[in-house]
Amino acid sequence: MSADTSSAVDPVEGVSLYDVDNPAPVIEPPRKRTKKTPKSTRTNFELYGWLFMRLSGVVLVVLVLGHLLIQLVLDGGVSKVGFAFVAGRWASPFWQGWDLLMLWLAMLHGANGLRTVINDYAERPKTRFWLKNLLYAATVFTVLLGTLVIFTFDPNIR
Amino acid sequence: MSTTTLEKSAASAESEAPAHLITVTFRVRRFNPEISDQATWQDFQLEIDPKERVLDGLHKIKWDHDGTLTFRRSCAHGICGSDAMRINGKNRLACKTLIKDLNPSKPITVEPIKGLTVLKDLVVDMEPFFQAYRDVMPFLITKGNEPTRERLQTAEDRERFDDTTKCILCAACTSSCPVFWNDGQYFGPAAIVNAHRFIFDSRDEAGEQRLEILNDKDGVWRCRTTFNCTDACPRGIEVTKAIQEVKRALITRRF
Repeated sequence: MSADTSSAVDPVEGVSLYDVDNPAPVIEPPRKRTKKTPKSTRTNFELYGWLFMRLSGVVLVVLVLGHLLIQLVLDGGVSKVGFAFVAGRWASPFWQGWDLLMLWLAMLHGANGLRTVINDYAERPKTRFWLKNLLYAATVFTVLLGTLVIFTFDPNIR
Repeated sequence: MSTTTLEKSAASAESEAPAHLITVTFRVRRFNPEISDQATWQDFQLEIDPKERVLDGLHKIKWDHDGTLTFRRSCAHGICGSDAMRINGKNRLACKTLIKDLNPSKPITVEPIKGLTVLKDLVVDMEPFFQAYRDVMPFLITKGNEPTRERLQTAEDRERFDDTTKCILCAACTSSCPVFWNDGQYFGPAAIVNAHRFIFDSRDEAGEQRLEILNDKDGVWRCRTTFNCTDACPRGIEVTKAIQEVKRALITRRF
């Protein structure tokens, strides 16, 4: 026995908008592969990107956890962080190097991750293009600004 | 006496015959572009032996209840790979899934596989799937003169790619992959499995070419290692492992 929970016929009084000669549009999957799809670029960019994510991830675990420990846990926690604290730390080339490396790795790691997300979810070519451009602009701006600050920091600013 | 035994056997047959049958609800995703642009769920109540397969239930519906139900099946024994569908939210072959393994007290949902265009009911357009398959060149490529006898291979060399020879191209893996759902340009697990089958074949000489194809932006690097493909494969191929082996081959080729 077939017990219908819902009819396949259009709800409008059994009158369907579609028939054999005029079928409904089917739903195409996003970015379908066709004969014209393969456009080999023959670069290793994706390979290096994949490797970079793994290697920078391992280094970032040490850098970020160390950073959080110093800034938020040890020696009075977050309340100690102020201009003087930062100035004291950046007087040493070691901490300058630490922060510089952390800035670059975290920004590139995050940007590459977001690039992957855009590749996965943005369907239209224009959306992909503009989202990626926005991402790259934001990344370059943040990295350059951060680098500038680390190298030109003046503790006697006032 | 003959009459009593007849009566007895008739009575016992009557009481026994339905005893092994149970009532199962099949909740099937229906879509017919000639009637509506919307897909709907339709319930069918079947008296069926729980040791039968989901495909038998679909046959029962098509033959006895509603002849318009459309689905693919060819061999009906798990070899041809025609009847991959989403049963209770998991990609499986309808011909290899027993009803008793599905908790028949609840409705059994049957949907078309995802990420491909649904043409009617459970039938999807497999063309993008086979396009990706063709793009990895799934055939033996060799250089030089053809040998006068068969190309020999040691048992160990054969063992290297044994797992990926089992693929039946049912698309259960590719249509379970979240990356493929969102971006059909990704080759998908099945194409990579079939590239793996030739990349690691000692007789084949175009492994480099195939690795180059899979090194591209829609190749293996888009794999997110979610293991959906390995879970979905009705042949038990370790699909994610095969993809990782291709990645490793690409990295060791570079460094």
